[in-house]
Amino acid sequence: MGALLLMASLSACGQEYLQSTINPVTDYGEATHRLYVQVFWWTMLILAVVWALLAFILIRFREKPGQGRPKPVHGHMGLEIAWTLLPALIVVAIVIPTIQAVFQIQRPPEGDVLVVEVTGKRYWWSFHFPELGVTTANELHLPVGRPVSLRLESGDVIHSFWVPQIGGKRDVNPVVMVPEGREPKRNWMHFTIKEEGVFWGQCAEFCGEAHSLMGIRVVAQSEEEFQAWVDDWKTPAPTAAGPQVEESGGPGTPTSVSGSTSAGGGSPAQQDSPAGMAPPEDPLVARGRDVFFRESYCVLCHAIEGTPAAGIIGPNLTRFGGRTTLAAGMLPNTEENLIAWITDPRGVKPGAQMPGAQYTVTYEGQTFPPLNLNDEQIRALAAYLSSMR
Amino acid sequence: MAHAAAIARDDHHYTSTGLSSWKVGFWTFIGSECLFFATLISTYMVYKGRSIVGPYPEEILDIPLTSISTFVLLMSSLAMVLALDGVQRGSRRLTLVWLGAVIVLGAAFLGFQVYEFNHFVHQGLTIGTNVFGSSFFVLTGFHGAHVAAGIIWMVTLWILGARNRLPATASLKVEIAGLYWHFVDVVWIVIFTLVYLIQ
Amino acid sequence: MSEATTAAKANSSVHEDAVGLWSWITTVDHKRIGIMYFLTSFFFLFVGGFEALLIRIQLMRPENAFISAETYNQMFTMHGTTMVFLVAMPMAVAFFNYLVPLQIGARDVAFPRLNALSYWIFLFGGLYLNSSFLFGAAPNTSWVGYANLTSLQFTPGRNVEFWIIGLSILGVSSILGGVNFITTIINLRAPGMKLMRMPLFSWMTLVTSFLLITALPVIAVALIILGFDRFFGANFFEVTAGGDPILWQHLFWLFGHPEVYILILPAFGIISDVIPTFSKKPLFGYPVVVYAGILIGFIGWGVWSHHMFTVGLGPIADSFFVASTMIIAIPTGIKIFNWLATMWGGALRFPTPMLFAVGLVAVFTVGGLSGVMHASAPVDLQQHDSYFVVAHFHYVLVGGALMGLFSGVYFWFPKVTGRMMNETIGKWHFWTTLIGFNLTFFPMHFSGLFGMPRRTWTYLAELNLETWNQLSTVGAFIFGAASLLLMWNLFYSWRKGEKASANPWGAATLEWSLPSPPRHYNFPALPTVRSREPLWDDTERQEVEAVTHAEPAEEPHMPSPSFWPVVLAFGVALTWILLMTHTWWMPLLGLALVAVAVFGWAFQPAYR
Repeated sequence: MGALLLMASLSACGQEYLQSTINPVTDYGEATHRLYVQVFWWTMLILAVVWALLAFILIRFREKPGQGRPKPVHGHMGLEIAWTLLPALIVVAIVIPTIQAVFQIQRPPEGDVLVVEVTGKRYWWSFHFPELGVTTANELHLPVGRPVSLRLESGDVIHSFWVPQIGGKRDVNPVVMVPEGREPKRNWMHFTIKEEGVFWGQCAEFCGEAHSLMGIRVVAQSEEEFQAWVDDWKTPAPTAAGPQVEESGGPGTPTSVSGSTSAGGGSPAQQDSPAGMAPPEDPLVARGRDVFFRESYCVLCHAIEGTPAAGIIGPNLTRFGGRTTLAAGMLPNTEENLIAWITDPRGVKPGAQMPGAQYTVTYEGQTFPPLNLNDEQIRALAAYLSSMR
Repeated sequence: MAHAAAIARDDHHYTSTGLSSWKVGFWTFIGSECLFFATLISTYMVYKGRSIVGPYPEEILDIPLTSISTFVLLMSSLAMVLALDGVQRGSRRLTLVWLGAVIVLGAAFLGFQVYEFNHFVHQGLTIGTNVFGSSFFVLTGFHGAHVAAGIIWMVTLWILGARNRLPATASLKVEIAGLYWHFVDVVWIVIFTLVYLIQ
Repeated sequence: MSEATTAAKANSSVHEDAVGLWSWITTVDHKRIGIMYFLTSFFFLFVGGFEALLIRIQLMRPENAFISAETYNQMFTMHGTTMVFLVAMPMAVAFFNYLVPLQIGARDVAFPRLNALSYWIFLFGGLYLNSSFLFGAAPNTSWVGYANLTSLQFTPGRNVEFWIIGLSILGVSSILGGVNFITTIINLRAPGMKLMRMPLFSWMTLVTSFLLITALPVIAVALIILGFDRFFGANFFEVTAGGDPILWQHLFWLFGHPEVYILILPAFGIISDVIPTFSKKPLFGYPVVVYAGILIGFIGWGVWSHHMFTVGLGPIADSFFVASTMIIAIPTGIKIFNWLATMWGGALRFPTPMLFAVGLVAVFTVGGLSGVMHASAPVDLQQHDSYFVVAHFHYVLVGGALMGLFSGVYFWFPKVTGRMMNETIGKWHFWTTLIGFNLTFFPMHFSGLFGMPRRTWTYLAELNLETWNQLSTVGAFIFGAASLLLMWNLFYSWRKGEKASANPWGAATLEWSLPSPPRHYNFPALPTVRSREPLWDDTERQEVEAVTHAEPAEEPHMPSPSFWPVVLAFGVALTWILLMTHTWWMPLLGLALVAVAVFGWAFQPAYR
């Protein structure tokens, strides 16, 4: 057992555990971690005492040859009281800070709180910032140093939002309808992030086939970078809507929503040029845009800010190209992976609810026809989506 | 040794408490049934006032009518007590009269329940209408099923009595049936109070 | 054998050594029923174990696809459901059945035919549940089956139906068994066998039986209302109608927490008889151990929402359950200290039953302490639904309950079969179990600590969870092999084991005053008992053995075999199973069979 523990701690040191529960980066996470350390040492103490006693007994009181019957001892009130009272004291020592922490972490924060409405659906996460008017999916950008409150709600079954370095998980429950005059109940999670970084998490309440692949990325940025991300989101990417969708615009036609001065850059070719001249566009991207808006029914489920696409069934795809992963944290966001995903979502992620290029999906009673896209269309589509960073 | 031998002869019937095992066992079973109904009743209480659409309890529950059916069920418990008394006295006549009364009154209660369920369905309340419908029908439905099972039990005893197979020595059978019947009645009192009277 | 007894045997309508399948199907003898429970649950142990190995192979590598996600979800659901309902519970019942009458000085349980009924319902329920595999529709929503995942909308198909119906059938078996054992223990103790003189195992049987009759009805209702949602369109968990999925969690855990005490108390009872035997000292603090068990039973009703700390019940509810859960740790600790004190100053011997008993004390403590960690709600917010919890409950259920049951197997095998189990194989079994078990589950504390959720088909490579998972997989195979050793030992010893005397261990309680195996009527006459350790006092032992070793003048009249239990069991199962036709009236056909069987039974005299 000791050797095992040693091995474990040694190997632990060399590794980076992206979903470690003992490396918190928020006040919320730190509060529970402090409590964990306390409880851990109490339990180790008790374990040591019990095992030490057991080891001693097993050696000392082994039957010796010729030993007669030992003296029968039926009990001892003093001992019973002692080993009732002592554990009771330890219990009190643990319960008091525990209850304090219970109340502390559930208290809503004060001040300039950033609220995010989190909706968990099989098998992805929607994040909506009501005060900012921003909606994104699976990758949650947050500012460091500002109190954040996540409002949790499920669009179908019970999920659980768990980003271990942020802190403990909280269930994401479907909202129960209540009669008029009453408030429906939702769960909240409150924290302030203390350091920048990308923190990994995933759904932690079994929700069906792809439960294990419903990942989360929290991108904690400085206040400036976060603001820049928000601004980017609100400003459509240069290739998002392109020429008017009704016209078959070619390269060079001024975009209807140009003027992108975003720091979330694209290729140099997409930088604004002076005098309102639209930059030359990759023809594959333009082709992909056509596919998206006219050759399949993507807009039924997906939204891209600044374009006619306003579907809310599936993830919001604004600035999709800038995300680090696709399929809810499952794969790096490369064009190759994107092509594989659109072609056969269930081949990539069993249980995925997105219809495939050539097959239907029945999503909770509704049947969605195939996207009806061939390889060429899908390649273009991937280029289009990746172009919006 | 003689003591042991005495026990050997009679240990067929030896019990540590002096009570019949049937009685002890049946009380234990009643205990589990208490938990069963307590859970169903709690579920009803949890959903009280939480229906989104009607019909709502206050619109549809008929207290005067249900008071009558409750009274009928209560009277059937009285008849049960008298039936047991009849058996214990060894009176075939009294046994059959009062067991018969239990059956008739119990059946009448069930009749009221059937009427009520039917009426509710016609008024638009089914098990799928709202949470009131779901919890009401399941709770009172299971209670009614228990009454029905009890009636079958009583009919069986009545037939036994008619064939002269319920002498005073067999009173335990009737006592245990009585226990069951009274339990089902008590459950109804609780249901009537919490579902109908306190809204 | 004297002429008188030969004549008595001929007159007896019960055949002592009746052989043949029919004699087993119609048996009402608690000893035979106990053996049937044991063999059936032992079989299911390997079914559940096989499911576990498939899980472990799948998790050996990140992003593995050894089995599909859907199959995997069925595997962990059935692994949990099987181990809880088809192994741990019935194996304990096997012990209740065989031993309680012998320990309290009774000829059989209070209701022998009801006892048989419980077994057959269990068998049919277990077979039915596993038949779901034949349809590719094994239950797949985990052993806790949370609403609203289990609703028709989100898990269409037959999987959840099999689960609802299977568990409902099994629940009937448990409730009836509970009634039987409570009545037996309250009412059929031999003269002088006061409650506070009963062997601890019988005491824990009594507490467990009370938990069974009170907790099972709660899950019965939960399953019923879920069934009404699925089969008849009710709204119990339909959020658009105001139904609340969290109600399921409350009802399930109101059952579920007493359930875990149902799983552990029998094992505690077993080692409370084993440890004194091999310490040659009476149980230290007997009344305290009894009261601690009763207290655990009671308080166990007040802790259920410690399974729901992440649900959002609010700080006041959370705090209450923190307190109640921490409090329940105290009587559990008291038991452990009393076992230690029993061994203290004793003359310890370590045949296999004692190895497992001591193993339980060492290993259960680890699991109990990780439980204390979970009891601190904020800490639990990280640990809940992670592999840390998986580590916790396997430590208490395998390291606790299963090792306790194994201790009981080795301890009472001589009494049941008249032969000793092989000590060498036994020791190999113990040590490989200890090593395999710890190698499987200790690393899970780490995979949980490093963020691996439970009920996950796979995990991403970047999470660095592979090594921990591989250790667990290797351990699982070692543990599996160890269990095969047990199977071998059982079979080998039954055939070729050394013949056992009445009391090969020098134990103290009544069952050891009977021959190994006992005669079918157990006691020729009921002995009178004067103490907790009747066989450790020379005078008392002689008095007891004078009664228990005597040949009766007339063979005691025992309850006759009956086929009504198996017929009624079939009717009960059929009634539920016919719900799968999605009509309200087909189950009534099942009820008709039930009625026929009930009448047949009621009018068949118990003694013929």
